[in-house]
Amino acid sequence: MTNHWTDIKNSDCILIMGSNAAENHPISFKWVTKAQEQGAKLIHVDPRFTRTSAKADMWAGLRSGSDIAVLGGLIKYILDNELYFEEYVQNYTNASFLVNEDYAFDNGVFAGYDPKTRTYDKSSWAFQMEENGVPKQDPTMQDPNCVLQLMKKHYERYSLENASRMSGLSIDELKELYSTYAATGTGDKAGTIMYAMGWTQHTVGVQNIRAMAMVQLLLGNIGVAGGGVNALRGESNVQGSTDHCLLYHILPGYLKTPKSWQDSLAAYDKDYTPVSNDPESANWWSNYPKYSASLIKSMWLNDDPATAYNYLPRLDTGAASEYAWLTLFDKMGKGKFQGLFAWGMNPACSGANAGKNREAMANLDWLVNVNIFPNETGWFWEGPDMNPETIKTEVFFLPCAVSIEKEGSVTNSGRWMQWRYKGPEPKKGTMPDGDIMYELMKEIQHLYEKEGGAYPEPVTRLTWDAIATDGVFDAHKVAKLINGFFTKDTMVKGKTFKKGQQVPSFAYLQDDGSTCSGNWLYCNSYTDKGNMAARRDTTQTPMQANIGLFPNWSWCWPVNRRVLYNRASVDLKGQPYAKNKPVIKWDGTKWVGDVPDGGWKPGTKHAFIMRKHGYGQLFGPGRADGPLPEYYEPLECPVKEHPYSGQLHNPTAIAFAEEQKAVCDPRYPLVCSTYRVTEHWQTGVMTRNIPWLVETEPQVFCEMSRNWPSSRASTTATRLSWTACAAPSGPSPSLPQGSSPSPSTATPSIRSVCLALWLDVAQERRRLRQPADPVRR
Amino acid sequence: MNGKSFFVDLTKCTACRGCQVACKQWKKLPAEETVNTGTHQNPPDLSYNTIRLVRFKEEVVDKKIRWNFFPEQCRHCVDPPCVGYSEVEGSMIHDPDTGAVVYTELTKQENYEDILSSCPYNIPRVDPETGVISKCDMCIDRLRIGLRPACVTSCPTGTMNFGDREEMMDLAEKALATVQKKFPEAELVDPYETRVIYLTAYPAQEYYEYLMADAAQTPRKGLTRKQLFAKLGGAAARMRS
Repeated sequence: MTNHWTDIKNSDCILIMGSNAAENHPISFKWVTKAQEQGAKLIHVDPRFTRTSAKADMWAGLRSGSDIAVLGGLIKYILDNELYFEEYVQNYTNASFLVNEDYAFDNGVFAGYDPKTRTYDKSSWAFQMEENGVPKQDPTMQDPNCVLQLMKKHYERYSLENASRMSGLSIDELKELYSTYAATGTGDKAGTIMYAMGWTQHTVGVQNIRAMAMVQLLLGNIGVAGGGVNALRGESNVQGSTDHCLLYHILPGYLKTPKSWQDSLAAYDKDYTPVSNDPESANWWSNYPKYSASLIKSMWLNDDPATAYNYLPRLDTGAASEYAWLTLFDKMGKGKFQGLFAWGMNPACSGANAGKNREAMANLDWLVNVNIFPNETGWFWEGPDMNPETIKTEVFFLPCAVSIEKEGSVTNSGRWMQWRYKGPEPKKGTMPDGDIMYELMKEIQHLYEKEGGAYPEPVTRLTWDAIATDGVFDAHKVAKLINGFFTKDTMVKGKTFKKGQQVPSFAYLQDDGSTCSGNWLYCNSYTDKGNMAARRDTTQTPMQANIGLFPNWSWCWPVNRRVLYNRASVDLKGQPYAKNKPVIKWDGTKWVGDVPDGGWKPGTKHAFIMRKHGYGQLFGPGRADGPLPEYYEPLECPVKEHPYSGQLHNPTAIAFAEEQKAVCDPRYPLVCSTYRVTEHWQTGVMTRNIPWLVETEPQVFCEMSRNWPSSRASTTATRLSWTACAAPSGPSPSLPQGSSPSPSTATPSIRSVCLALWLDVAQERRRLRQPADPVRR
Repeated sequence: MNGKSFFVDLTKCTACRGCQVACKQWKKLPAEETVNTGTHQNPPDLSYNTIRLVRFKEEVVDKKIRWNFFPEQCRHCVDPPCVGYSEVEGSMIHDPDTGAVVYTELTKQENYEDILSSCPYNIPRVDPETGVISKCDMCIDRLRIGLRPACVTSCPTGTMNFGDREEMMDLAEKALATVQKKFPEAELVDPYETRVIYLTAYPAQEYYEYLMADAAQTPRKGLTRKQLFAKLGGAAARMRS
């Protein structure tokens, strides 16, 4: 979230799209409801009518996967009717930038595409530069190569008619949606977007979110109270794990994973440190070398960062087809892995292609399952089509403590790092994850020291005891290391710091190894003043109280800033656009309200300090699949073509040749989507063991429209009996004639019958000899 | 003192069922073995072990869907007909401080059919094995130590409110005035007769047949439910405890 949960109450129009917030984030509706009480409109765009839709002023039931048709249409509607917040767009976005004349877009593909690698050479998407190295701008935004004009041209095709044709929404519905949301394009109004997996889990996931971010920039909704782009995280610490970067392509603090050709820290830093010649651009990532050196130092305290850089693993390519989560199982299936730790994860159940994952696991030598309960991943060898006698995989189960039995922090969707104290002691025979990891790595270190290996130094040099006290994992030490400390007596910005002192904030981090920090974004969270995440102080100024901002409650990255990009909420003189709900304000001598995005005087630095040029990016030249979001169908879809171009699918989407796709396949007439229910969490490892929750939602089920002809429905239901999916019955544009409900008759799709109760949780568990029967008699 | 009341603003209910589970958790009531019957509503009905249930009802009005949610519980009537029908001393206690209607184990000596038919809201349920009758007791054990009912503390949206009756009546009337601007059919359900005052967005029958006491109900023991109220003191406006 650029904003945070409480801030939703400040919104004038809440768009929930790609999310079922009322069911999957029930507490969010505390704040949605408060906004509604003050007159906010709530719009829900979703294939299914859900408990979220039930509370909305408007429900728009689009066809699954047609989001960019709808959002592209919204962009066109805003541009055509000049509903954008002009001053904001001019001052804070790159709308006036001139794009390279070589930039081109033809029939669904941008310039620079290489079909062999399925990637783009992005060089032609660059901005034109002045001689002094600053992007060329046309303040009138009339130049045909300026971003605003390129957007107008690009989205010309995104008419109401085309959006209606692809999404199944009527033109009237689209107009109502567009006009209601675009009404927030004034200084005193704010619109917010709440999205989740309904947007991210698509081959155009990034572009779904990009499209909405562009809408928010056009309407001046970024940086303001009640605005922003807000990802609702589905697990209490997903934001924390994202920030600490568990994925292959990034390191803690969103630093890049080194590539094989970056053979020194200097070369690595050079590739990822943006350079701006504009003195008014803060270009915050210019500090990259300080953050990378401090991260490396945090792991190898006894080595200098340039040496220890060589201890980091490097990638041969950044391609998802080599390293991403899906790829991991693809390669595992081909026998390229020997072992797997499934840690707090249940891929035999959670993967979109769970069957493929299970088969892949059968190719392993060993599998270690770390979880609070045994689960499908641990007993995959008992699953369908498995013959335990022929499976060599040795499975180990390590029971771990549950969240309340251990101390540590979780970071919520709103970027608040909140410290939790330990409640009860862990059950006998279980350990907190941190203890398991600590002891495991100690043993690995011991083995490398004893037996050597191809390249033992990264392991043997690791200063692992920095996270332990007297040989026992210490959560406070981890948190202190994540914040970072001075490794020697150092003077920074005229202040002297002693060796061992905590670094007060990332502005003090150094690139020479004199500081360490496990994650620069969290530098300021555990200072000499103590553990900021453990604060529970509700003190606030009246200005902060007005927008529900609690600066002394827990701690928020970066540097306790609660609303990101908040310099865009004020004009160039530092005066808030929204007089009734200001986030920050320049009082003549200082900023008041939230922690501003940099303390410079108003008008002296561009607002978007994390961007190289300092502007919000309507045109995004760095994205893998194009600088402007474009409509593509999901890889499996009911249409052979769409009206936007001849390019049916995202040309850069990761695809596995062996996996069959159903495109206009008469055997698969329904568009299905999976979803979660309020009552169960993740793959249900915890909730399926709680009788009261099993009672409320006892079975996996499938919803279908009553409008489907019964023969088709029953055939499909049979097929569904072994497939983990549920079918929303949104209108599909190109299904065989007579089978597709028109949008008006599709409305009662919620009056669904529950068919094919195909996986009785209780039965399944008994079959698998799970000892605990979830239902008390 | 006019005792306590709930104010339940159904316009804010998202049917998260936190209240339903919180109730079972506090009361240590066992889960029932259920199956999915084509609705999220589960268990399908109140029972001896399920004294609070969120009901789901779908209505299509003017081609638009209304999905109405109704967290059902004992209304703790101001003049409880069930207590009037009780034939066993000590089986039902009408707590003078709070107005809570509390059933005891002695209800096993009552005639369950009589008790059920006396209730305008179809609430009491019997344990088929022991004959003991159960329903919500307002979490009177929690109230005595200064806590609010478990269901209220679990509610994220402000649907469930609990406090002194005057305060709740005041809240209900203010909420009604606000909500009516958006939902002209909004109404407070039996506010003078009960201690659980529901605010609906749409007519009460669109939520559940027993949400509102039905004046046209077939007479039971010769009386309609409205008449029952009248007979039992007609306390409507007096709101005594």
